Amino acid sequence: MSELTAEVAGTTPVAPVANAPNRRRFRDSDLLWSFRRSPVAVVAATIAFLIIGSALLAPLLAPHDPFDLASLSLMDATDPPAWLDGGNWTYPLGTDNQGRDVLSAILYGARLSLLVGVSAVILALVLGIALGLAAGWYGGIIETLIMRVADVQLSFPAILIALLIDGVARSALPRDVQGEIAIYVLIAAIALSNWVHYARTVRGSTLVERNKEYIQAARVIGVRPMRIVLGHLLPNVLGPVLVIATINLALAILTEATLSFLGVGLPPTEPSLGTLIRVGNDYLMSGDWWISIFPGAVLALLILSVNLLGDWLRDALNPKLR
Amino acid sequence: MISGAEPLLRVEHLRVEVPTRRGTLVAVDDVSFSLAPGEVLGVVGESGAGKSLTGAAIIGLLEPPLRIAGGEIRLNGRRIDNLPYEQMRRIRGKEIGAIFQDPLTSLNPLYTIAQQLTETIRTHLDLSASAARERAIALLREVGIAGAEQRIDHYPHQFSGGMRQRVVIALALAANPKLVVADEPTTALDVSVQAQIIALLKRLGREHGTAIMLVTHDMGVIAETADRVAVMYAGRLVEIGPVQRIVADPHHPYTAGLMQSIPRIGERRARLAQIDGAMPRLTEIPPGCPFNPRCPKVFDRCRRERPDLLPAPGSDAACWLYDPATPGSDSSARQQGVVADAR
Amino acid sequence: MIAFVVQRVIQGVLVMLVVALIAFALFNYVGDPINNMVGQDTSVSDRARLREELGLNDSFVVRFARFVGNATEGNFGLSYQQARPVGQIILEKMPATLELSFVAALLALLLGVPMGIYTGLHRHSWLSQTLLAVSLAGVSLPTFVIGILLILVFSVELGWLPSFGRGPVIHIGWWTTGLLSLDGWRAIIMPAITLALFQMTLIMRLVRSEMIEVLRADYIKFARARGLTSRAINFGHALKNTLVPVITITGLQLGSIIAFAIITETVFQWPGMGLMFIQAVTFADIPVMAAYLVLVGFFFVVINLVVDLLYYVVDPRLRLARERVAGA
Repeated sequence: MSELTAEVAGTTPVAPVANAPNRRRFRDSDLLWSFRRSPVAVVAATIAFLIIGSALLAPLLAPHDPFDLASLSLMDATDPPAWLDGGNWTYPLGTDNQGRDVLSAILYGARLSLLVGVSAVILALVLGIALGLAAGWYGGIIETLIMRVADVQLSFPAILIALLIDGVARSALPRDVQGEIAIYVLIAAIALSNWVHYARTVRGSTLVERNKEYIQAARVIGVRPMRIVLGHLLPNVLGPVLVIATINLALAILTEATLSFLGVGLPPTEPSLGTLIRVGNDYLMSGDWWISIFPGAVLALLILSVNLLGDWLRDALNPKLR
Repeated sequence: MISGAEPLLRVEHLRVEVPTRRGTLVAVDDVSFSLAPGEVLGVVGESGAGKSLTGAAIIGLLEPPLRIAGGEIRLNGRRIDNLPYEQMRRIRGKEIGAIFQDPLTSLNPLYTIAQQLTETIRTHLDLSASAARERAIALLREVGIAGAEQRIDHYPHQFSGGMRQRVVIALALAANPKLVVADEPTTALDVSVQAQIIALLKRLGREHGTAIMLVTHDMGVIAETADRVAVMYAGRLVEIGPVQRIVADPHHPYTAGLMQSIPRIGERRARLAQIDGAMPRLTEIPPGCPFNPRCPKVFDRCRRERPDLLPAPGSDAACWLYDPATPGSDSSARQQGVVADAR
Repeated sequence: MIAFVVQRVIQGVLVMLVVALIAFALFNYVGDPINNMVGQDTSVSDRARLREELGLNDSFVVRFARFVGNATEGNFGLSYQQARPVGQIILEKMPATLELSFVAALLALLLGVPMGIYTGLHRHSWLSQTLLAVSLAGVSLPTFVIGILLILVFSVELGWLPSFGRGPVIHIGWWTTGLLSLDGWRAIIMPAITLALFQMTLIMRLVRSEMIEVLRADYIKFARARGLTSRAINFGHALKNTLVPVITITGLQLGSIIAFAIITETVFQWPGMGLMFIQAVTFADIPVMAAYLVLVGFFFVVINLVVDLLYYVVDPRLRLARERVAGA
């Protein structure tokens, strides 16, 4: 009945012709309409953009540079937020144990969290799409191998895998190098723990698309396989992948924060939001709550808004729910 | 029109709307017909013509945002379109049964046939568990399932498609309703099985005195089974009358086109006939008669005014050709061929 | 049926072997075991001798086989950090994690499933909307932030509950339990809630979306057309069909509680396997890491197996041989 409803309402989108650019239909599409209609999506997007924007502009916005060790003064250490006793407006959200301004630390930290999160998602995307395409297109032993690995990996939670990779890298690399490349290891660990979702979806779509006529036609004409896969197949399997990517971004940020909190992510010299929370945790019992609570709040808001956007995107792109 | 006793079902000026972001669309527009007890009415039309929605409106299962926006539906003289949910629920199954298209998905895969049958029976009839089971087994036998005593404890996936549809029919008839709305009951079945299911429906209808509203796009099925047929187009009823008359001598140009496009054995033709164009989407229904862009007999009035059902010899057709005021009227329409040969 | 079980068990064993392989590779190729075990001034010849004694010069296959053999006996060598048998350390820590996981799993199920059913049936009620909004927070708030917040409110501000540790425990054989004393419960409640929250919201959303999906199915439509009562439809037909996939996915989720315990144990300094693992990672204590990996792998494989069997039992389509009766 619901297909009938969609048909009746005339809002069922026409299946895209291969390679037809979807961007020009975006403005008139139901996507934008659904977005404007949903207050939650608008609020979420606003919050997300605010946080992301400020984070990206951290060097410009931050009142202090938390990495400039010379500017830190231990006298100002563990000052409370400005509106409480003992605080002052030089450090609006208070300072941490080293005298770093919490607000600035949050801005830079959010930047790092985002950087790692987005990089990890992009890496996982590329890896997942590549492997998914390979599995779907070539089939046979390649497909079996990739999918088996995926299955095994899926039966373990991503965080465990990320921890493992991180831990192994830690043990394998000499200690002095660890600090510098921590961020790359982190990105790789998170990406490797997440590629599976993309690969599975892409493989499924590839299997479906590959039997369709436009692909058969391209093969018959003699277009080289790589061109078919990249030029014709890829654009048509990207749709659901983008939804997964948005939702996964929240997961990636969460994973990075968790790893940093556990002490195996970004170090205190280059703190992300998770690291800041870890540092602040030690001071919780003595009542200096702001060191961990403010970063925690920002982290939660960031993940929440990205999650909401992902949810909205998924509902908006799901024809069945209209 | 069948005259005499109060009709079992009376639908008057039924209007079904759906609000969308592009405005309110009308999916069923001013549809009126009635059904006598024990009669088989075929409702035929293309996908999207509104026939399924009419059936859904009658059983009271229109899915929001679809809603009944006008008109009345009366069962045995009593209005049912405006009943609260609980009252309508009691009518469903007990007085009006329904059969849907896909027998596989119509049955809950996790329950045995026995469980599903006895549940339905005991919902409407006050029977003990064992009496209900007896009745269930009897029903299964009636619909032609061999070894009913054993098979009743099987799960749906253990039956073949045709058998499953028989089970569905048994479920629909479990509480002995007076009317059954059958929505494309054979479309999902193998061709060889279709005839058997149709025959079964016909037989059961006659034996129990159950009226059947048979919704389908397959004119062949209608010709075999129905007493009367109603033709729908773009949400409107365009012709209604006894099936023999309409098949032999259709009046509305659309119906004529439908009849012409069915290939018949013994007919010699180089190409299959078709009606040019397509049924308009609900957002693009033209003013006047909805068929006018495709109608070979179109004239000026058709584009301006919408015709109601007008009496024509043998059936009623919603076409200005049958308005006595139209010069040339119906006789010329019948003599000329209506369908353009496909190029 | 037997064939099914056997097949699944074989798959499980294969996965375990893969996990063991990874653990083994970790153990022997990341860093040098010898260097990690002895002091700096041990001579080269001594190291060589040690290598020979420990059989580190044998072939890969032999060493792997030995590793697997040892693992099945619970022998994972000595911890680099603590210089005592890893097996012993694990035995000490396991009860803490298992109890925490169990309580958390119970919480997640007992709250998550009913909430999911309610929000699935009454999609638009204000309670549903509220629950959904809160659930979103549950999914977005990192576990450790929740833990910290709870500590802030209940330990720092209110002083009702302890902020770390297990409290006093009672020894029963080799098991230690905190569940038999009030203090033990006061210690476990916050970590359990923290651990359960993520899973609870996940379960709730899963049950809800599954319920909504099921309520759209054709057999529900047909059930309505037959005039069945709302109760029969919602709790007879819809619920049963909802719970079947939910059972399996939930089972898998519960397995991940054991892994998520790592975070919770870190926040609350809960002396379990998770905390042990993190400390091992920080100190590059390879034997402990490898052992944890194998153990967790084992748990997961067993849980997967049980869930598969459960699915088999519950869904008649898998259970009975498909008999197609010829003809209509």
